[in-house]
Amino acid sequence: MGNTVGLITVFVLAVFVGFEVITKVPPILHTPLMSGSNAISGITVIGALLALSAGESTFTTVLGFTALIFATINVVGGFLVTHRMLKKFRKEQ
Amino acid sequence: MMTEAQLNLAYLAAAALFILGLKGLTHPRSAVRGNTIGALGMLIAVAVTLVDQGVMRIELIALGLGVGAAIGAVLALRIRMTAMPQLVGLFNGFGGAASVLVAGAVFFTAMQVAARAAGAGGGVIAVTPQESIATAASGLIGAVTFFGSLVAFGKLQGLVSEKPLRYPGEQAVKVVVLGASLAAAVMIVQTPADTGLYWVLAAAAGVLGVLLVMPIGGADMPIVIALLNSYSGLAAAATGFVLSNTVLIVAGSLVGASGIILTQIMCKAMNRSLANVLFGGVGAVVESAEQDDLYAGKVKQTSGEEVAMLLKTARRVVFVPGYGMAVARAQTAVRMLTEALEHDGVDVQFGIHPVAGRMPGHMNVLLAEERISYDKLREMDQINPAFPQTDVVIVLGANDVVNPRARENSGNPIAGMPILNVDQARTVVVIKRSLSPGFAGISNPLFAADNTLMFFGDGKQAMEGLVAAYREA
Repeated sequence: MGNTVGLITVFVLAVFVGFEVITKVPPILHTPLMSGSNAISGITVIGALLALSAGESTFTTVLGFTALIFATINVVGGFLVTHRMLKKFRKEQ
Repeated sequence: MMTEAQLNLAYLAAAALFILGLKGLTHPRSAVRGNTIGALGMLIAVAVTLVDQGVMRIELIALGLGVGAAIGAVLALRIRMTAMPQLVGLFNGFGGAASVLVAGAVFFTAMQVAARAAGAGGGVIAVTPQESIATAASGLIGAVTFFGSLVAFGKLQGLVSEKPLRYPGEQAVKVVVLGASLAAAVMIVQTPADTGLYWVLAAAAGVLGVLLVMPIGGADMPIVIALLNSYSGLAAAATGFVLSNTVLIVAGSLVGASGIILTQIMCKAMNRSLANVLFGGVGAVVESAEQDDLYAGKVKQTSGEEVAMLLKTARRVVFVPGYGMAVARAQTAVRMLTEALEHDGVDVQFGIHPVAGRMPGHMNVLLAEERISYDKLREMDQINPAFPQTDVVIVLGANDVVNPRARENSGNPIAGMPILNVDQARTVVVIKRSLSPGFAGISNPLFAADNTLMFFGDGKQAMEGLVAAYREA
């Protein structure tokens, strides 16, 4: 149970950090913020890697493999499209 | 293999890089670097996980990473900026799906291991309460996110009608499905050995996701996209609790917080509660009777030539773009007119309402793609005090966000919503196909105001005509 409380502590503190940092993002960058945070939520890719490595049966392997594809699309697509967008924001030449 | 301490320190580094990366997004100057820092964090997290797991099933892993990376790269590099809302919607959904599948795979593996141990005579507890609760949460939130996002994608892409789908007993149906989902979740926690329940939960939650998003109309999409963004993060955090993995928990909660903040900002910009957006009925009803009285004999129609003459004597011009600009793809013509005006020494700015478009920040991305300097893109609070000193405002494809009826205390769907006070400018030119109401379904007295000129037509053609007329004038 001690470990669970530790994880909940991490969760709650991270939510506070998130609120502090993200309230400071200006509205003009809200779309890149969404696509960028999308890429970060692709962190499930770690879970997919662990699930795939530990898969006992064909069934769980298929689940892990499909999850890996979805999460990798999120990570690669999210960071790339955010980069593409952010490159376009420029100040007077 | 790495020691657990080494692995967790590497995850801590990744989590810190995610926070620094998001911090970079607080200014356009540092944003590209911020995004790169975030990507570096992800690379570290993936790399140490692979090293820690050794070369187990490396060919399957390489295949999955390769296929996912290829699809992601093609989507990211091919997408048009006008289609960004649907891409973000789709990515939200993929995040949710990944969480459902990972939690499911880990859960089933734990059950299989336990069953084998039980067969060998060992009495093993398969999952802890933390794991079973987190698994149920991942399945529930993840499935709502995935199926809800698919509907949002369909609506934004035009595959499903953007109109709100409302039906009698709608709220009751949602309550029943929500109840069924929660019941399945509780049963998983109570009797985790019954693994079939997980799919019952995912199915019920999937139906709930569809039911939640179907009644949401086009102009409320920014709120739903932001909310689903938050859910995708929360689902990842829940999966982190399944695996007792801190980097998933930190990254997931950061995204969860981000989505919630955006949702709040969008709701505030519409003066509506989240409950009203999700369960209220805006956009379903269209008034028509009082429109004739309001507009009759008062609407002044104009032409490109007349507006060009106005612009020739203007010193300060403000564009107010809305979703109509994106639909008509008029942003290139807007940029051309901006350049022509600035060439003549006119001060040009853009007034952007927080909910203009179909996702938070939608208009800014379209204008940035046209290489319009970001210091000209003004937020509502920055631009509003400047309207009384503005000679010409060009409203392009926006309606509700400039409707003075929002200043009324009550009695209409947008009452109390903060708007762009364009009616305070010397002249307002509204480019629009017709006098038809916007998403809120109400008439707009701005169109009949003394200082308003209506320029009827397709946004792109009207703007191109205006550019040509201005150059000749």
